[in-house]
Amino acid sequence: MASSTPGSAITELALPRRDLAGVRVRPGARRWLRRLLRNPLSIAGAAIVLGLLTCALLPQLLAPFPEDAGPSVHFDRTHQPPSRAHWFGTDEVGRDIFSRAVFGARVSLVLAVVVLAIALGIGIPAGLVGGYWNGTAASAVIMRVTDVFLSVPPLALALAAAAAFRPDIWSAMVAISFTWWPWYTRLVYGEVLAKREEPFVEAARALGQRDLSIAVKQILPNVVSPIVIKATLDVSFVILLGSSLSFLGVGAQEPTPDWGAMVARGRTFLPVHWWMSTMPGLVIFVAVMGFNLLGDALRDALDVWE
Amino acid sequence: MHYRQFLLRRLAQILPTLLGLLVLIFLISRVMPGDPVRLALGPEATREQIEAYQQKLGLDRSLPAQFVHYLGGVARGEFGESIRTYRDVRLDLLDFLPATVELVLAALGLAVLVGVPLGVLAAVYQNRWLDNLTRLVAVPGVAMPRFWVGILLQVGLAYQLGLFPLVGRATRPPQKLTGLHLLDAALTGDGAAFLDSALHLALPALTLALPTLAQLARITRASMIDVLRRQFMLVHRAYGVPPARLVWRFGLRNGLTSILTLVGMTYGALIENAFLVEVVFSWPGISAYGAAAVVAKDFNAVVGVTLVVGVSFILANVLVDVLYGVVDPRVRHH
Repeated sequence: MASSTPGSAITELALPRRDLAGVRVRPGARRWLRRLLRNPLSIAGAAIVLGLLTCALLPQLLAPFPEDAGPSVHFDRTHQPPSRAHWFGTDEVGRDIFSRAVFGARVSLVLAVVVLAIALGIGIPAGLVGGYWNGTAASAVIMRVTDVFLSVPPLALALAAAAAFRPDIWSAMVAISFTWWPWYTRLVYGEVLAKREEPFVEAARALGQRDLSIAVKQILPNVVSPIVIKATLDVSFVILLGSSLSFLGVGAQEPTPDWGAMVARGRTFLPVHWWMSTMPGLVIFVAVMGFNLLGDALRDALDVWE
Repeated sequence: MHYRQFLLRRLAQILPTLLGLLVLIFLISRVMPGDPVRLALGPEATREQIEAYQQKLGLDRSLPAQFVHYLGGVARGEFGESIRTYRDVRLDLLDFLPATVELVLAALGLAVLVGVPLGVLAAVYQNRWLDNLTRLVAVPGVAMPRFWVGILLQVGLAYQLGLFPLVGRATRPPQKLTGLHLLDAALTGDGAAFLDSALHLALPALTLALPTLAQLARITRASMIDVLRRQFMLVHRAYGVPPARLVWRFGLRNGLTSILTLVGMTYGALIENAFLVEVVFSWPGISAYGAAAVVAKDFNAVVGVTLVVGVSFILANVLVDVLYGVVDPRVRHH
């Protein structure tokens, strides 16, 4: 929805009272989109995210030197500073850093999607059980375990977990998911606890629905929106954490074009070949910023909506 | 609930969390895949060597037996030997801890002492240039990877301008008393060492503090704007309380609760980002030690560092809860 019609929504901004020819948008959703795109910062965020998605889907088309994503070598153009041919300069084996950064979008986005999928997959059921069956032993165990996971800062816990695996991108995903699910358990727990007392749940119970069906079919759909908001905002934090892990050497390794690993590698050539570290770092910053702005906008829009 | 009762309950909660943390760390180091023995001895090790080493580490025993052994070790402060430094992990931790404490405290001090006043001023002079400036820094501040901020400061201020040393903690460390360089230099009256240590500390502390400082300024601003609007402020003004006193004494005191919550969370952010900042500036703290241990699969060291970080985080959270009662008398008497 949000990704398929931003263009039309901008047109709509310019012509607020006219109907959109050919585009069918529900009135509620349209108002929601208008709210989302009223703020120029939100538009910037959406544009950055759109750009990243394009990079992730079609890196071969956007990268000027697609072969540099892998372990290629060009000794004729090593350590070149940023220029018109190589926007972000070249690295110690002559690979185009901009091309590698474009391919890096895929690495980071796949990381974020996998981590959030695992975290949601564990966090939501655990929170649902903890909240709906609050007061039972199962709930108590789940919530105490959650507390323990939250008693270590995420990066420290992810590092410790990563120590147990081979250093690669999949280990980083597992390690980050390992630290991330409790935040969703906590969130879902709180939301379910509040919704459990509402009349529609009582009505469902009076109609003879079973607990499991009430929890999944009645309550869960009603707590989706805070989960979606948090997940959107979390994309940026997961990307940041993932790049931190690979910067420290436990995530993606050469020749994977991972932003954090590129910064770490470039650090060996500091301060003379400064672009090797600072350019991939800049890309991380812009990407995280984009998801932050979009997440904030989404949160504001959904909040006002409710 | 009475404040004292609340405090006791809060203190009692430390124990189960701590035990849980111990179990969690144990599970990470023993149950997850990966073979610390093979890693320590290398691929050439014979079966006998491996078995002997397993016996030495206690890895040949059952998991519950290993857990009891591990708990006993932790209680005595023994984590075993590091396979990277070939030293007792406890000694390593004691050697590296002061540098991290100094770095995190300096960053925390910087963030609070600059961030909070900045937020107050931003609230008082709402939508003026200072307010806009903090907003301009705060929003991107959270999105900046700290290792990148560190590298930028390193290249710009240390290399290009030569204002600060590039890496390290001191070229001429002061005589060791507490291990905190600034404090040691001050205690021994060693001015040159103090300056040297302060210059080395400046960039790492700034890198660690900057995004947090900006965030703290924003929260303080929001909290203060809310307070400044309240009626008691108007009453105080009508009584002729001077504006500066009104803001800093009455206003800030009332906005402190929400600021304190953030300072508590800030500690977690600082301690975890110390891993990145210490690596960038080759700062000889436990975070850089821990990061190197993780890469080397030095499990005893990983356990030690994670435990120190986790315990300090748990204690910081308790401290914040205690401080609520100090800054807000309503918490104490309710």
